[in-house]
Amino acid sequence: MSTSLIRTLPGLAALAAGLMGLAIVLALIVAPEDADQGISQRIFYIHVPIALTAYFCFGLGAWKALLLLWRGDERYDLESYVAIHQGTIFGALTLITGSIWARASWDVWWTWSSNQLVLFLVLFLFYCAYFMLRFSLEEGARRARSSAVYALFGVVLIPISFLAIRLAEDFIHPTVFTREGPQMTGTMFATFCVSWAALTLLAYVLYRVELAGKRLDADLRELREVLL
Amino acid sequence: MTYLTDVAALTRKDLRVELRARDTLPAMLLFVLSTLVVFHFALPEGTGDDAAYGLLWVAIVFTALLGLARAWVPEHEHGVLDGLVLAPSDRSAIWLGKTLATLAFLVAAQVVALPAFVVFFAPLDLTALAGVLLADIGICAVGSLMAAMAASSRSREVLLPLLVLPLAIPLIVGGVGAAISPEGERYLLLLALYDGIFAVLSWASFEYVVTE
Amino acid sequence: MIRARDLEKRYGRRRVLVSVDIAVPASGFAVVTGPNGSGKTTLLRVLAGLAAPTRGVLEVNADRAQLGYLAHEPLVYRELTALENLELFGRLYRVSERRERIGMLLERFGLWDARNERVSTYSRGMTQRLALCRTLLHDPALILLDEPYSALDQEGVELLDRELEALAGSRTLVVATHDPHRLAQLATTTIALA
Repeated sequence: MSTSLIRTLPGLAALAAGLMGLAIVLALIVAPEDADQGISQRIFYIHVPIALTAYFCFGLGAWKALLLLWRGDERYDLESYVAIHQGTIFGALTLITGSIWARASWDVWWTWSSNQLVLFLVLFLFYCAYFMLRFSLEEGARRARSSAVYALFGVVLIPISFLAIRLAEDFIHPTVFTREGPQMTGTMFATFCVSWAALTLLAYVLYRVELAGKRLDADLRELREVLL
Repeated sequence: MTYLTDVAALTRKDLRVELRARDTLPAMLLFVLSTLVVFHFALPEGTGDDAAYGLLWVAIVFTALLGLARAWVPEHEHGVLDGLVLAPSDRSAIWLGKTLATLAFLVAAQVVALPAFVVFFAPLDLTALAGVLLADIGICAVGSLMAAMAASSRSREVLLPLLVLPLAIPLIVGGVGAAISPEGERYLLLLALYDGIFAVLSWASFEYVVTE
Repeated sequence: MIRARDLEKRYGRRRVLVSVDIAVPASGFAVVTGPNGSGKTTLLRVLAGLAAPTRGVLEVNADRAQLGYLAHEPLVYRELTALENLELFGRLYRVSERRERIGMLLERFGLWDARNERVSTYSRGMTQRLALCRTLLHDPALILLDEPYSALDQEGVELLDRELEALAGSRTLVVATHDPHRLAQLATTTIALA
């Protein structure tokens, strides 16, 4: 059971590491420098894939949550939790890299004009509340189900929040700067794709590692109880 | 048909309980009026109407949270919720009954608060009022479910706002937009979309939250 | 009626029920005994369907409409009157001839005179009697009672004794109590929790 999981894991981890290395080289050295934004534009190769990876993790978490409610197997609870945990970490990284990019490009640590950044702020708050929910409920079927329902709400919130933020542009802040996805040349696009693949794979590897670790913890606990 | 009579019976029960206990609605009323007065002192001279609309929505959301925090209290005294869950009626009817009752309280508080707002601060047109009603539906639908989730936790008073506020953000955007934007209908559509999706989601999920 | 094998219920790391086996035939009378904290309440909650066992097999041949559960808590609204409470549950349980049945139960448990008083004005004994009315309102085939004698005064105890005698043999009963001697005559099975 867990041993077969771990057997493929080193392979995947090595691949992820390799891809990350390639992505970094491409992003920092190979890709052409952007005419307008200069060197700070390179953060784009990290920032956007990290954001996409966060969405992927939240989606995975919601999918596992749906499986929990549908099939009733409590194994999905841990999987959903770990996926959302990873998603939140990547979400925080999105906010941080976004902030760095804003600082480098427009000399401000935050901008409300970036829809993606604002959306992530809302989602970050939402998923932090997810953890608060889990910590304040006693372990068991209730906690698993409430967490799963909340995870589903999160994934539905993503498009609706995005719509709301788009609409809010009218009266919150006027858009004053160039959009994020610049006109990409072939090399730029290739770099972006490599980076995206690398980060997604990295997220998946981290997910499996954390899941395996937590399963091991749970198994140990059970063993201890049986022996006592 | 029995589903609707169940919901009606449950909503009537909530209204009756509140009429006798009289602890939620007066608190909501007083809270929203006090908040409006505080806003007068919080807004500096010369601030435009727009800021006032923004603050109105903050007041509405927090008044709703007050109502939601008390929503499931009668069910937790004497453990009645278990009694409702055990009944052969559909569990989602419990959620719907509670949502309608909470909505009634929120609207009742607003019947007083909105005229007060118009008198103190700025006018509200039909689009703005439609926005208020639609947002009320959204926040009560989602809030009732979240309150039920939080109710069994140790830190329920703190947890409820944390769970509801991120979900309320699209509602605030919709409400404020309906009030101040010349294209208010777009915001009403956003609110209607939110209500449709999240009400159905809450209605369907309630069963899972109260059973094992 | 009820069959359970190797039932386990745990809350996180706390195991409340461990390896419980039960067999209660239809129209049987099972008494659940055990000291405080042995899991009597949890067992009844699991049988009622309010809690799911974490392990083991459970078969209960009664759906929600046929199940009556008396919990530790009275499960009635404080701000409603006895009549209003029973009206609500009567409706939710689709009780036919609701008014008559409610009237009959209130009378049988000596609450008819207090039927229009709010539960918040009741003594604990009266509340417990109302809870019993609520449990029996829909004439359930399977009746689960968690410490039904608690808080009852002498009159209430006699009423309950009479009621249990009438039900035993025609309904399936599971009663949790830490005074099993009282029910020794009626009991057909005993479930002892360590």
